[in-house]
Amino acid sequence: MTERRRPDELAILPSDEVPTDATRVADFTPDLIDVGEHHLCPGCGEPIAIRAVVDAIALLGLADKSVAVFGIGCSTAFSNNLDVEVLQALHGRAPSVATGVARVRPGLAVFTIQGDGDMANEGLQEVLHAAARGENIVCIMLNNGVFGETGGHLTVTTTIGQRTKNTIEGRNAAEHGHPMRIAEMLAQIDGVGYVARGAVNDAGNVARTKRMMVDAFTAQQQGLGLSFVEVLTMCPTGWFVPTDEAPDYLAETIAGTHGVGVLRSALESDSPG
Amino acid sequence: MTTRLVEGSEAFAHAMVGAGCRFFAGYPMTPFTEVLEHMASALPPVGGVCMNAESELEAVGMVWGAAAAGARAATGSTGQGLSLMQESIAEAALAGIGFVVLNMARGQGDYFQATRGGGHGDYRTPVLAPSGPAEVGELIADAFDLADRWRNPVLVVGDYYMAHTWVDVDGAEEMLEPRPAPAWTLDGSSGGTGGAKLVSPLGTTKQRDGVGYDLAAHYEHADQQRRNMAEGIAPRAETTDTDDAEVVLVAYGTMARYAESVVSLLRAEGRAVGLVRPITLWPFPEAAVAAAAEGSRIVAVYENNAGQMIDDVKLSVLGAVPVIGLNGYRTDSSAFGISPDVSVEQLTASVRDLLETS
Ligand SMILES: Cc1ncc(C[n+]2csc(CCOP(=O)(O)OP(=O)(O)O)c2C)c(N)n1
Ligand code: SF4
Ligand SMILES: [Mg+2]
Repeated sequence: MTERRRPDELAILPSDEVPTDATRVADFTPDLIDVGEHHLCPGCGEPIAIRAVVDAIALLGLADKSVAVFGIGCSTAFSNNLDVEVLQALHGRAPSVATGVARVRPGLAVFTIQGDGDMANEGLQEVLHAAARGENIVCIMLNNGVFGETGGHLTVTTTIGQRTKNTIEGRNAAEHGHPMRIAEMLAQIDGVGYVARGAVNDAGNVARTKRMMVDAFTAQQQGLGLSFVEVLTMCPTGWFVPTDEAPDYLAETIAGTHGVGVLRSALESDSPG
Repeated sequence: MTTRLVEGSEAFAHAMVGAGCRFFAGYPMTPFTEVLEHMASALPPVGGVCMNAESELEAVGMVWGAAAAGARAATGSTGQGLSLMQESIAEAALAGIGFVVLNMARGQGDYFQATRGGGHGDYRTPVLAPSGPAEVGELIADAFDLADRWRNPVLVVGDYYMAHTWVDVDGAEEMLEPRPAPAWTLDGSSGGTGGAKLVSPLGTTKQRDGVGYDLAAHYEHADQQRRNMAEGIAPRAETTDTDDAEVVLVAYGTMARYAESVVSLLRAEGRAVGLVRPITLWPFPEAAVAAAAEGSRIVAVYENNAGQMIDDVKLSVLGAVPVIGLNGYRTDSSAFGISPDVSVEQLTASVRDLLETS
């Protein structure tokens, strides 16, 4: 999906009303998410990424040994919806807040969940410094290349050609500058134990992202330093594309710049990727 | 008794460790720097953590996390650094996270920043102002108690003089063991129970309760907490010779020590001069100031700035007698707040003038 639309031809997004003839056949809500229904947009990638995180915590038996530190963005909708202890941080500040928790309670698996705007725009120095200190925490960045929460504005990770509310014809370098690659940046810092970039645009990538989460928390449990997992997530609303086209848009417009894979690992053996 | 001669900054550090503070984070800036240095050497031996934060933003973030994880925690800085921390201080009040912030000011130009809060929103922070290192131990301990009691950031105001004056401290002073982590703080253990804890400036109602965040309800709750705190903290002030005073001086911190000297010099000459020294800058000791003003001819506010605390004094006196400021804006060229014209002689002359003319 690379077709560009003018603002006056913007797609009308489907409503999230449950069809009247729908029947619930099963509830797949993971144990560590309290309420399965959420109020994020249909087709949003963030709930899938958060599910990957809590699945890893459950798998590693860390539910009663974790503290999640949330940033401010669309994913904040989950900060009061987990059965894991949560400390809400301000926009951009989660890595320093997580540092305080981890230093006072070194045995815990302390992790952050932040958007790209939160982590890489407002608070980029925080994760870089935490990485260099070898802070034994897991930092997770949900990267959709937009400030989803404020309405889809350009961030430092927005790729060339990507539509955002204020680059509606697509980001171009001459006017809007270049995207930053955050995982690559972190991978070269001494003090990190694990760095990977996943995505949730198809089943294969979701499975791969889950393995990355397991490895990131395993590295944290082994005391290998800061673990970082960036997850490319769909934001059909902020990209101004129809919901069902967002996964392909991610693959075509975003993953080319932000490549999926493990960038650095101090684990003896990674989960098969 | 083992008395030790220490720099004022070390007295601050000694007092914090003695009050059970086991987490400190800071970023150097004069005159806060030496407190950070002393904490860096004092905390590790007692099992505490001192972080060389990479910025004031990160320092206060770390303290936010440490306090939410159950430690008595503190940070601090000087004007500019405190300006950077204001977002977190304001929101910590909403999140119910208590910690201590040292406001090691240059001069007294940051009175408004301390007492009004430099941040956004409808919040307040208790502010304690020792007049010198000798009072630091007691007020630091009180500050941690208030932070715990009200789950709110608490400021302690020091300055360049206090940081660098050498004083005797009682080395045998009681050193408190860290208090147990309060029940609301996080240790991970409630995860997976169906009722995992949440600490958030957005509120603590969870989606499983069928409500989710309700900001209107949360802000109303925070407002009530703030009112309770305002009513629950007894304002403190020290008054000297105010009963029959014709001229009442009001001064806090280091400036109050100059004023004390002037009062005792002039009293020795039989002149009717008194002093009110606010110890809590918020809540402001309005009743003490009003009582001292009653029967006087004039109230004179001696502060090392262009006139900030004078607003609170006027609000206390409520027009009963004239209130004037005894100073304009002054600082030295280093801007560390050592005003060249702050002196006992100069203040004595000003007060004599008032006694003669007003
Ligand atoms: C200090 C501050 N500045 C701005 C905001 C407004 N704001 C809230 S969320 C957000 C952007 C979130 O973007 P991102 O982190 O990418 O998360 P997303 O919504 O895309 O998941 C902004 C700018 C804020 N909350 N605090
Ligand atoms: S705006 Fe984007 S990130 Fe936010 S909920 Fe909607 S799709 Fe998700
Ligand atoms: Mg985003």
